[in-house]
Amino acid sequence: MDSHTVAARTAETGHAEHEHPPFLRHHFESVEQQRETATFGMWLFLLTEIMFFGGLFCAYLIYRNWYYPAFVAGSHSLHLWAGTLNTTLLIISSFTMAMAVHASETRMRKALVGWCIATLILGCGFLCVKAYEWHDEWVEHHVPGLNFSPQGFLHGTKAYPDDKLQPDMAEKTVVYFSLYFAMTGMHALHMVIGVSLLTILIIRGWGGAYTSGHVAPVENFGLYWHFVDIVWIFLFPLLYLISRHQ
Amino acid sequence: MAEPKHHDEPTHHEEHIVSPMVYLAIGGTLLIFTGITVGASLIDLPGDLNAVVALAIACIKMTLVVLFFMHVKYSSKLTKLTVAAGFLTFVVLITMTMTDYISRAWGRW
Repeated sequence: MDSHTVAARTAETGHAEHEHPPFLRHHFESVEQQRETATFGMWLFLLTEIMFFGGLFCAYLIYRNWYYPAFVAGSHSLHLWAGTLNTTLLIISSFTMAMAVHASETRMRKALVGWCIATLILGCGFLCVKAYEWHDEWVEHHVPGLNFSPQGFLHGTKAYPDDKLQPDMAEKTVVYFSLYFAMTGMHALHMVIGVSLLTILIIRGWGGAYTSGHVAPVENFGLYWHFVDIVWIFLFPLLYLISRHQ
Repeated sequence: MAEPKHHDEPTHHEEHIVSPMVYLAIGGTLLIFTGITVGASLIDLPGDLNAVVALAIACIKMTLVVLFFMHVKYSSKLTKLTVAAGFLTFVVLITMTMTDYISRAWGRW
């Protein structure tokens, strides 16, 4: 009997000897062990993400100290209502995602799909508000490398008439907007990836893939989604709030 | 000598299903903190207090999300240790960099 025949026989009869759910891989002892291993791996990935965004936060804090008036004026040009609305949307979407994990654990297929769709809509809503803000910054000539002009920061604005920067400091607002677009851009990229993965989860979840004990994919996507929420929880005060009254 | 562990013996961590009421309470708390942080940013606080308040509230919100939405409170010791190690490394990154910057005497760093 050659090895090919052995392999074929094992594939045919292999599962007759032991029963297990179809999603349990053979190198795991139990579904619980498989789930915890996946969660551990997901957290290791999220740690690399923390360090990645941490580098950006670090750069932001150092440059804010360095070119303080430029960063305050740049922050004043953002819409507080848009940042608040986006924070609210993301927090509600984290709640709906947590409920989706709960629906997967309690094996309720329609509830899982419903909560995932709610999360998807809220995520898309966030991206729409962000797109509106970016368009506004394009109109205001605040996009570094494409149409940036520090002119608006020389004479003060309607809301902040005292924001009259010296020409050399006004030019440094480009550093604020570079970091602003790098940070919100990387965050939005994570949102786009999240929304794409969520679409796959919804299609498979509708077919019942995650409501028969196979919770790990929904749970680990949830971890990713909450992580992206946490990044925004810090971006919001750093970009929008802490310079309001300076 | 200890008995070798049998395969059926649970070595894993028991999964805990968190109640929807907990999620609702945490979600509501997060929204209230969002309101507080926006409100606090509109008040002119002395010194750097505006930044301190905003970042403290962000840290509270992050802790709530990590513990409850991300299930770390109900997770195994391995997961808790992994998360703690990650945040410690992050704090080292920030602290070491900032210490370097604020302690440089030459020029306008």
